Amino acid sequence: MSQDVLVVAEHLKGELADVTFELLGKGRELAEATGGALEVALLGSGMRAAVASLGAADRVVVVDHPLLGDFNPEPWVAALSELVAKKAPRLVLVANTSMGMDLAAALSVRQDLPLVAYAVDVAVEDGKVVATSQLYGGKIYAESVLEGGSGIVGVLAGSFPADAGRKDGAPQVEEMEAPAAVGDAKLRFAGLVEPEGGDVDITQQEVLVAVGRGIQSQEHMPMIEELAKALGGAVCASRPIVDSKWLPKTRQVGKSGLKVKPKVYLALGISGAPEHMEGMKDAELIIAVNTDETAPIFEHAHYGTTEDLFDVVPALTAKLK
Amino acid sequence: MNIVVPIKLVPDLIEELEIDAGGTDLDRDSLSYKINEFDDHAIEEALQLKQAHGGSVTVLALERDETDKVLYTALAKGADRAIKITGVAEDASSHAAAKAMSRVVGGLDYDLVLTGVQAADDRDGQMGVLLASYLGIPHVSVVSEVELSGDTVAVNKEYAGGVMARFEATPRIVLGVQAARQTPRYAPVSRVRQVMKEADIEEVEVEDPAVPAGWTVRRMYAPVKGAGAKMLDGSAEDVAGKIAELLNEKRGRA
Repeated sequence: MSQDVLVVAEHLKGELADVTFELLGKGRELAEATGGALEVALLGSGMRAAVASLGAADRVVVVDHPLLGDFNPEPWVAALSELVAKKAPRLVLVANTSMGMDLAAALSVRQDLPLVAYAVDVAVEDGKVVATSQLYGGKIYAESVLEGGSGIVGVLAGSFPADAGRKDGAPQVEEMEAPAAVGDAKLRFAGLVEPEGGDVDITQQEVLVAVGRGIQSQEHMPMIEELAKALGGAVCASRPIVDSKWLPKTRQVGKSGLKVKPKVYLALGISGAPEHMEGMKDAELIIAVNTDETAPIFEHAHYGTTEDLFDVVPALTAKLK
Repeated sequence: MNIVVPIKLVPDLIEELEIDAGGTDLDRDSLSYKINEFDDHAIEEALQLKQAHGGSVTVLALERDETDKVLYTALAKGADRAIKITGVAEDASSHAAAKAMSRVVGGLDYDLVLTGVQAADDRDGQMGVLLASYLGIPHVSVVSEVELSGDTVAVNKEYAGGVMARFEATPRIVLGVQAARQTPRYAPVSRVRQVMKEADIEEVEVEDPAVPAGWTVRRMYAPVKGAGAKMLDGSAEDVAGKIAELLNEKRGRA
């Protein structure tokens, strides 16, 4: 085992994800603490040019193969597993994203490495790696200590500033051949599906009125629309509302939806699960209305109330008209 | 297709979660368990596939306080078989739970495994991916609608920003379900009661795989309540007034 820290690069349509730079910034700190190098695993096809933007790392291990071009869990796991076996890093940092979820746990089983997922912080204390996970919908935090040897941490996107990891440069490049297993994949990537256009672009709105499960029924949606209209903003929602088809996917805020940064974010009946917070925590002013005083949304909101949204919303609309 | 749906019971997050005296785990005596909501979506999607294409749906769960109720509910909704797995510790890691599941799933005649994409307590990884890895079959997480056409399974995997990647495979495969094509159906209590009289839950005992976690929980804690938010007091009317002020100020209309 080396003392190196390995960051697994994530990319879509040839663009490195923000979370990769977030992990690089934190990875730099961790590598200083372990006394190892900071490495990047860059799996892809024709991604070599991206090395220049990975200046925060000491070394980039490039695995180039046509079947690694677009993310596909099966060949990616095969290639990453081989890479980790060869490099034997002290710590592997993977984003706890849609792609990263399909990598981290599989790598853990393949290489018999312990994994901690949903991390919002990672540190080295007295020579040991400590990761803080956000569990139970953000209601509980757990600090886990890596007992020795190597380990994997799945880090939630947005946990660290990306700027700290964005640095142009010319890190050392190590080419690694893709293992034969990459070509044996039974799972086939069949293309990307882009979201439908035509709806309000919630990422461009200054005022967003967001609804969550607390709204209870579709019948209550007009009341929310009316408030948004009075505020000159748009209605958006957390995942359950979109899953119930009360609003289109284009209005979903969060991990698998859109990231928004409005001037005002009024969160109504939203508990503030980590998946949702990831998409809106940078709003300039967050006001949360939720009857559950323990709802994690209050941790991130600037102002909050536990009054019932069904009382607050009509009163507020009346005052704004 | 024969579909297997491994589900997890997780603490009900509506209840207050208490930390035990050791400060490293939830106080499990105080917990009430319910089905992981993503698993409920996995059951729904499996039942939709069965309705459209035939086959069977088998639901599996590790034994917890509420497991019987959850499994009878799955049967009432239309699942064909329900299997309760005993012998695994209540505080088992996701790795241990998945390994125990893999031993049972491996003995079944199945084509597809549908399970919830994640659960509130999977600190050491998600059930679907771990299970697939132990079974040695491919997996795709964060999928919504599952399409079957002949021998081919097609799914969309969700990425940030509404972009999705389409994948195609032939069974066997594990799919981590984010959302079913429609809201999970509801089983009326009367139907569940009837099923409890008519149907049986099969029990399979496994040896606790006790996979060493490798990580030790040093501390578990609840974030300070409402630490960030300044709470507005008064009646709903007062609160609405204060919010209106804040909004007008921010929008430059004070």
